[in-house]
This record gives sequence, structure tokens and C-alpha cells, in this order.
Amino acid sequence: MSGQTAVLTAVGPAVESFLVKEARFFDRPLGLGSRISILAATVLLLPAFFFPLYTMTLYSNQFPDGLNLYIHAGTLKGGQSAARDDLREINSLNHYIGMHPLQEADFTEFQWIPLMLGFFVILNLRSVVVGKMSALVDTLVLFGWFGLFALWHFYDRLYTYGHNLDPTAAVKVKPFTPPMFGSQQMANFTVFNYPGIGTYAMVGFAILLALAILLSARQKRAFGPS
Amino acid sequence: MKRVFLRALLVGLLAALLLSSGCARKPKVQRGDIEQSALATYVAPGDLDEYYLFYSGGQSGNIYVAGVPSLRHIATIPVFSPYPGNGYGFDKETKAMLGGYTWGDVHHPSMSETAGDYDGRWLFVNDNANNRVARVDLRDFKTKEILGPIPNISGNHGSSFVTPNTEYVLSASRFSIPLPKSTYKPIDQYATQYHGVVSGVAVDSKTGHLSLGWQILMPPFDFDLGSAGKLVSEGWAFWTSYNTERAIGKLEVTSTQKDRDYIAAVNWKAADGAIKAGKFKTLDGAKMIDPRDAPGVVYLVPCSKSPHGVDVTPDGKYFVCSGKLMGITTVFNFDKLQQAIQAKNFTGEEDGIPVVNYDAVKEAEVNVGLGPLHTQFDDKGYAYTSLFVESAVVKWKLGTWEVLDKVPVSYNIGHLSVPGGDTVHPEGKYVLALNKLSHGRHISVGPSQPESSQLIDITGEKMKLLSDAFTEPEPHYAQMIRADRLKPIEVYPQGENKNPNAIWDVKDAKVERNGNNVVVHMTAVRSSFTPTSFDVNQGDHVTIYLTNIEQTTDELHGFGLEEYNLQIVIDPGETKTIEFVANKPGVFAYYCTNFCSALHQEMQGYLLVKPKGGAVSAGMSHLPHTRRTQMAKLGLE
Repeated sequence: MSGQTAVLTAVGPAVESFLVKEARFFDRPLGLGSRISILAATVLLLPAFFFPLYTMTLYSNQFPDGLNLYIHAGTLKGGQSAARDDLREINSLNHYIGMHPLQEADFTEFQWIPLMLGFFVILNLRSVVVGKMSALVDTLVLFGWFGLFALWHFYDRLYTYGHNLDPTAAVKVKPFTPPMFGSQQMANFTVFNYPGIGTYAMVGFAILLALAILLSARQKRAFGPS
Repeated sequence: MKRVFLRALLVGLLAALLLSSGCARKPKVQRGDIEQSALATYVAPGDLDEYYLFYSGGQSGNIYVAGVPSLRHIATIPVFSPYPGNGYGFDKETKAMLGGYTWGDVHHPSMSETAGDYDGRWLFVNDNANNRVARVDLRDFKTKEILGPIPNISGNHGSSFVTPNTEYVLSASRFSIPLPKSTYKPIDQYATQYHGVVSGVAVDSKTGHLSLGWQILMPPFDFDLGSAGKLVSEGWAFWTSYNTERAIGKLEVTSTQKDRDYIAAVNWKAADGAIKAGKFKTLDGAKMIDPRDAPGVVYLVPCSKSPHGVDVTPDGKYFVCSGKLMGITTVFNFDKLQQAIQAKNFTGEEDGIPVVNYDAVKEAEVNVGLGPLHTQFDDKGYAYTSLFVESAVVKWKLGTWEVLDKVPVSYNIGHLSVPGGDTVHPEGKYVLALNKLSHGRHISVGPSQPESSQLIDITGEKMKLLSDAFTEPEPHYAQMIRADRLKPIEVYPQGENKNPNAIWDVKDAKVERNGNNVVVHMTAVRSSFTPTSFDVNQGDHVTIYLTNIEQTTDELHGFGLEEYNLQIVIDPGETKTIEFVANKPGVFAYYCTNFCSALHQEMQGYLLVKPKGGAVSAGMSHLPHTRRTQMAKLGLE
């Protein structure tokens, strides 16, 4: 009992001091450097709307130039040339192993990913205007959650497409999951799957937000009274 | 006396022919030369040729496409004959284009031109036998249009040379006949009641559409190859003629009596003007100009006897004509022709057409060798003339008119072709010799011997024979164009397919009956047709609209129907119409004839023809099991 009290009296002020410090930290105003960094992060997020988040390339003897599949935030695109429509070709080939055809209408992601990205643009602008550390931290935490969820979701998609194969398909293959990062041999195809510019832009976004936090964490109350 | 001399000359020529073709000459070749030639013509696996070669397939009715310098045959473009390989002439569309003819005699492919240079849009070709002209679109290497039989033209040999901006494709009668066609006149009235015709077939500059242009009523000569003037001579067209004797019987003798035949020089811009001025009569639907009514449209220029063609130099200043039976090639000066016409320096007339004074127009007579036929040009001021009797190509210089080099060919060369060799900008890298005889140059294939083509390097001072190739009957003329000048499509884009009966989803496949007509909308895609079977009644008129819904290069599908004599090939994105009467009862398989995929062999279906008397409604009777066709089932049941 007395031991407990002793611990509490010893730890209590430390916890209190920590919480007060943290509360002060979250209340901390954002310096100019942080705000610039947040704006830069916002600009950096824009490519994620236009460039692929993931690029899948399938090479074979017949397709030395590779069949390309581009997964954007809001759409699914195949490589297009006068002599080939890669998405149509990939679906043509996949039907032999009974894979469900890739079609944009099946992907709800294409609605919520752009919506979320827009949401983060707005949150960022809010941080700049409000100028408080808490707003910035909220954004980064939410973004981290969003990023991890999107990655898990993507993995789930790959898994589902590779495992929900039509049992009546002409060619029976072992269920598979295409790699998230790297290559895999599938029959006569070598499949390369790598993040695209859009994904790197999102990573850059997170890094710049972290930088913004660091910049104002070290700052000695440049704005406002202590 | 003269007759005796000519006989002697003929015998001499025959002997030369026999000698040149009879003994297989094997000139000593140095090892280093062989290696050089091999390197110059070898196209390594995966590498591409430098030039396209389009050569006529003569009586096969086809055009063949090869690569240069490899001379490898790459593709066949069927034009005037059905060609099951490509399904040409079996579907409704191409059948209609062939108009019931099952062969044609393809002679002179000509590339469309802009400002005197190949523009790579179309390839025109003539049918010597059924008097037609066809247009091949070089965007997809397909025959798009056939005009003819052209009214009043008989033996369309002097064709399909184009004017410098493809205003006209030339056309001419080789076999004069009484006009209009279907007229009868006894053969002994040949000299007066039979007529030759030279003509310009009009080309729409946007669509390439062919239509009758002007025609000119000519004396009953046999008109031969032509060529359009360019640059300074633009607006003129030239043809040679033989049998200006107006003879009948064995022309070998009867048409070779005079020392000179004629070049017909036509001012086609004046012909245009005559048509506009209404100076023509309509004959069998064609606008026929009688030279007596429209002076200034046509002149005759004497040339050495029995010529087989006339060629205009790249600068347009000269036109060159070789008489087969004289060892000279004659060069005529276009300016001098204009002056002689101005000065009315004429030596006679034929049916109202002035004959221009030979000496006033002639620029030079070049002693090229025996049996000269055709001439091509390079970009350095040299000319290359084929020598049929001598079996050689001779190189000579424009301006100095000196003969510089000669290379033997195997054997009996007809035409020859330099890339752009008939344009204002030839590329003097190769000349291709298109030879008539090939015996002993290949492993024997029995009595039906192929023709031979030989590639000759003309970049150096001396011509150098590089390689032999063997070609199907029968290359007459050829066009060579730098490969990067053509940009063919490899897939028909879905968006461009305007066929109202095209369908793009297997779910849209259907079988409909209307009285005795059964209409099927069918898809072909790896590796199935939809529907996979359908019933009809014996005697039904069946129409299948078949669409290949692929959009990937090289994914062609075929549609062969057993014992119904049908074989269609559909390219990616293409729709074709198949029409037939189901007059044989029983069950007939249709299957993919053009190997497409690992499950190509499974790409098959059944046409079920119920014998007369039984009532059967059209519909799908068999449902397959794949996901794709289950989708079709949902849409169809």
C-alpha cells in the first residue's frame, strides 16, 4: 500500500509533467518552415492523382516489350498502342486460367482513394491556416492509417484475383498471389509489380509532414507568448 | 531484201536468247566478294529489312510483299483472285469486289505519289486480262477497290502508272477491238474498224476512289507500257505501241515489218480541258475524246521498233524508249518535243493524230545491247536498262549517253526496279532484276520453273550481283519504298469499325430467323466462336456477321465451314459477312483455320442443317462450359 503510494507520488508528477509537456507540444504553433513543408507536401500529393500508384508488367517471349497494367488512384489502364490493347490482352490471357476479368467497375477503390487524397489536401491546408501542431499530427496519423489500409487492401485484391479462379478454366494453375514488390514467374510470363510514381509521391507526402513536425518540435516559440 | 535482213536479225536474236539462257554461266567469284555480298543481304534474326518490295504476281492475280535486301517473301496481297490463305474472295464484301472473276493478270504495281514522290498511301495495280485497276491501301495492305472491266479498254497492260500527284492512273488497250465492247466486226476490218484506247482513270485525292476519267480513241495499235511526265514534263503521259502496221494474224511477223513504232504522247491536262469543253462522245459510259475533235491532246513520236515501254527521267526532261528488236535505247527531249509541236514539225499523221519528226525530238541513241526493255534511274544521273535477249542489266549515263557497265543476270530479265526509280527522287542503292527464267539456279522443282529475282548493288562504279531469289509467277514490275515510309496498322481499332453488324461482346451474339433467312451475329476470340452451334433448315439463306473482337496484333482467326467451300479470315477488330444457302442437310463443323492460341484446335462449332420437311426454329442448341460462354448463355437464353 505504502509502496503503491510511494510509486504514485514518485511517478505522478512525472506523468503529469509528461502530459503537460505533450499538451504544450500539441498546442505548439507551426513555424514558417513547417508551413512551407506542409505546402510542399500538398503539392507533392498532386502526382498521386495523375500517375500510377502501381505498375504491373508481364514479359514473355511473345511480348518482349511487356504487357503493361497501370493502377491509378481513380482508374485502371492497360498499355495502349496501335497494335495492342494491353488490358484487353491481359484479360484474354487470364481467361484461360479462369481469373475474373479486370474491369474498372469492380473496384470501389477508384471512388474512395481519390476522395481520400482530396481529403488530405484539405487537411493540409487546414494545418497551414490553423497553424497548430495537433492538426499536423492528426493529418500524419490519419494518412499513415490510410496508407497501411490501402496497402493491405491492394494485397487482398491481388490475393483474391489469384485465388478465386474459375474451377472450369481450361488451364488449371495453383492459386497464387502476385508480388507486391518484385517479380514472379507465371507460366510463360515473368510478372513485375512495383509501386509507381503516385505511391512514391504519397511516401514523399508523409516524409514532408514528418519533417514539418520536426521543424516546429525544435523551434523555440517563435510565434506567440510562452 | 529488207525482209531477208530482218529474218536474219531475228534468227540471230533467237540464237542469242538460246545461248544466253541455255548455258549456265558461273562467273568466278572471289571468296571475299561472297562474304561481302552475304553481309550486304543478310538480315539477322529479329532485324528488319530496309525496303519494302511490292512485286506483281502476274497471272496469280496477287501482289507479293518482300523485304530488301533479304528478298524474303513476307506477305501476299490478293487482288484479282480468290486467295483462301487470307480468306479473300469468300466473304460477301470481297466476293462482290471480284465480281465473279476468279483470276486476273497483275502487271504493274504503282505507288501513289505526291509531288512526284511515293507518298505511301496506296498501291495501284492493273489487270491485263479483265481490264481492271485495283487500289490497295497501304495502311492495312488490303485491296480496297477494283474498277472494271473498264469500258472500251481491252488488254489493260499499259497501266497502272500514276501522274505526279496521283490525279490519274494510266490505262491503255493492248488488244484493239471494235468499240464499244460487244460490237462485232470481221477481223479483216481490223485496220479501220478496230480501235485502241489510252485513258486516265481518275483518283479521288482524299479517298483514293477510282472512277472513269478521260479516254482517247486511238488507231488500232497495241498500246504498251506507259509513264507519266514529271516536273518540266508534268501534265503529259506517254505510252509505247507496237503493231503500228495495224496487222492481224501472227503478229510475231506481221507487226515487225516497219522500222519504227510510236510513242503516244498525251497532254492529259489538255485532255482534261477537252472534257470540260465538252469535246467528247459518251461511249459505253466513258468520256471518249476523238483526237480529230480535240487537236493538241495527243501526238505520236516514232521510236525504235517493237518497244515495250517508255520511262521518264527523274528531272522530267527526257523520256527513254527501247525497241526490243534494235540494240539501242532512244532518249527523247521533252523540250524538243514541245518545240516540234509548236513548229508543227510533223512527218505525217495516223487517223488525225500528228506524227512528230523523229530527228527533231531525239536527243540520243544509246547502244545498250540486245533486247532492251525498261529503264530505271538513280540519284546520281545514271540509268539502268534491262536487256532481255542479252540477259543483262546495263548502266549508262544521262547527258553523256555513254555505256559504263553491264552485269549478266539469270536469265532473260523483264522489268527492273530501283527504290523510287520512277520518281523525282530515286535512291540509288539497289536495282532488282526481275527475270523470266531461272533454270539451274535453284534445286530443281520439275518442269514448272519459278521466276527469279536478283538483287544488284549499284552504289559503286561497277554493279555487283548480291543474291538470287525465286518468285512465284510472275513478277512483271515492282515498287520499292524505304520501310520507314510506311506505317501500317496491325489492328483494326474497335472505334473505327463502323459495320452496323459488328458486335464486341460475346453476350451480344445471337441467331435470328426471318422467314427463310437466318442471321447470325457471331464473335471470334481466343479460343471460341459464339454461338458454338446453331440450327437452320435445309434451303435457308444464312448470313453470318463475324467479328474478331481481339485488339491484339497477330491474333487473326479463321472460319472454315466443312463442305460448304467457305474460308474466311478475320483480322483483329474486323467484321466480315458470310452468306450461303444451307442446301446440304446434316451437321457441319466450322472451325478456326488460322492458328490462334493453345486452344486453337478447340475453337470449333457446329452448323446443324435440318433436312427439308422438319420444322426447326433457329437457336443455339449447345451450351459450352467456360465462364465466357456462360456469360453468352445469360445473354442468349
